Amino acid sequence: MSVQSVVESLKGKFSASVLEVAEFRGETTVVVKKEDIVAICAYLKKEVGFNFLTDLCGVDYLGKSPRFMVVYHLYNIKTHERLRLKVPVEEKFPQVDTVSGVWATANWHERECWDLMGISFNHHPDLRRILMPEDWQGHPLRKDYPVQGPGREPYQGRLS
Amino acid sequence: MATTETMTINMGPQHPSTHGVLRLVLELDGEVVVKAVPHIGFLHRGIEKLSEHRTYHQVLPLTDRLDYLAPMHNNLAYVLAVEKLLGITDLIPERAQVVRVMLAELTRLKSHLVWLACHALDIGAMTVFIYCFRERERIMDIYEKVSGARMTSNYFRVGGLSADLPAGLEKEIRTFAEEMPRHIDTYEGLLTGNKIWQKRVQGVGRISAEDAIDLGVSGPSLRGSGVNWDLRRDNPYSGYENYDFEVSVQDGGDTWARYLVRLKEMRESCKIVRQALDRLKPGPILADAPKIVLPPKKDVVNTIEGLIHHFKIISEGFKPEAGEIYQSVENPKGEVGFYIVSDGSARPYRMKIRPASFINLQALPKMCEGSLIADVVAVIGTLDIVLGEIDR
Repeated sequence: MSVQSVVESLKGKFSASVLEVAEFRGETTVVVKKEDIVAICAYLKKEVGFNFLTDLCGVDYLGKSPRFMVVYHLYNIKTHERLRLKVPVEEKFPQVDTVSGVWATANWHERECWDLMGISFNHHPDLRRILMPEDWQGHPLRKDYPVQGPGREPYQGRLS
Repeated sequence: MATTETMTINMGPQHPSTHGVLRLVLELDGEVVVKAVPHIGFLHRGIEKLSEHRTYHQVLPLTDRLDYLAPMHNNLAYVLAVEKLLGITDLIPERAQVVRVMLAELTRLKSHLVWLACHALDIGAMTVFIYCFRERERIMDIYEKVSGARMTSNYFRVGGLSADLPAGLEKEIRTFAEEMPRHIDTYEGLLTGNKIWQKRVQGVGRISAEDAIDLGVSGPSLRGSGVNWDLRRDNPYSGYENYDFEVSVQDGGDTWARYLVRLKEMRESCKIVRQALDRLKPGPILADAPKIVLPPKKDVVNTIEGLIHHFKIISEGFKPEAGEIYQSVENPKGEVGFYIVSDGSARPYRMKIRPASFINLQALPKMCEGSLIADVVAVIGTLDIVLGEIDR
């Protein structure tokens, strides 16, 4: 199935939850509602063959609403196709259902996303910090977290 | 009947068989590992956060610090990602592409040599360690000649290369690529038929293809489980589709299979280096994209336009249009990718690195639970992890 027809089948099956389809530099991005992410991922894995979760991460669009996006990079080892799923997450309830039941590899990715971005994953089997110490305050990859560490002025960069 | 209880021990934080700081909490029943929990994060440098505060050119020196045993591959992945974001992938000149492939394959050899050396040493073979480092030294010399650094190379640029190859280097690389297969024969002669080696690696750290895919394992660790997938062939970049090489795959999914996969891969790398040398023709090394690549040095020192142009690119950088891309390459450890979100400014809005070692390490508990504690060292060695890439 080509990526185009995958998107069409997603629109047909989950018509209420596909929010946007974008194409940039030959890559397809599908934005979906967060309530259905587990169902969509399970469908894409079992029916379409996206058996490899390459990457999962969060992006912080500070000042926009919804503030966060959780990004899933899917790969099909048989057809070598890629698909990107994105899920908007509000600042008030930064929570998404875990997809670690679909791909076991999501376990560590989601821990990292929680650790660095502060997005938590419901029903995750082992949601602990992974790169920062356990008693660390805050989530470093958020845009409002100063690059030089907590309690310091935000880094301005070398202004030219 | 005597009752027994399990014992929890710490392996690490610093263990000779890891490249960096890794702590494993092992729960043991006698000598059998019941549970293994990796603890990482000791080296976390926040490279992704730092990148958001630098221009695209300034991010480049951070990327080779990720996997310091295969720096050029990480440079390559980043450079290709930025080129894709800018939409100048088709403008890269032929010579730059060929040199990139050649150095990437030398890097693969270099990385696999350290893997073989340390893996063999962990299991008790001293001679192979010394031999591998002897050959690695010659690749380091090549590195030094092209980039000025032995470890943290900074040679690839967005749009091409920083400079042309120094005179006479092609001959040196050819001699090396022609001699290398004989050295690989020596390593194989020392290990493959060796009964001690076979007993220590055969059947150790077994993982099935389904489990490996489910856990996101990539690279030689995945091909050792019989999955015929290589990004160089299946999602080609830098003109890899023009080279003739075989993807090495082994069934078995144990440490022995992964050892055979990597040895074959080293031979294939020599083959690709020789093909690249045959293809190498004189020509430009930078893309014709004056807003992105630096002007030639002689224009910078002789003309005011060149100087201004150089200054503008260095101080302001370039501004890709808003959008997001993901580009990955086949690193010696597996798939290394960069996901870059651009908001139209001169700095990446968000850069996420998809590290191969981080995700391969996740498979370690699965591979060593149920086996002996002595096998844990063999499993760490066979995954070929570099903690700099895990912690970023």
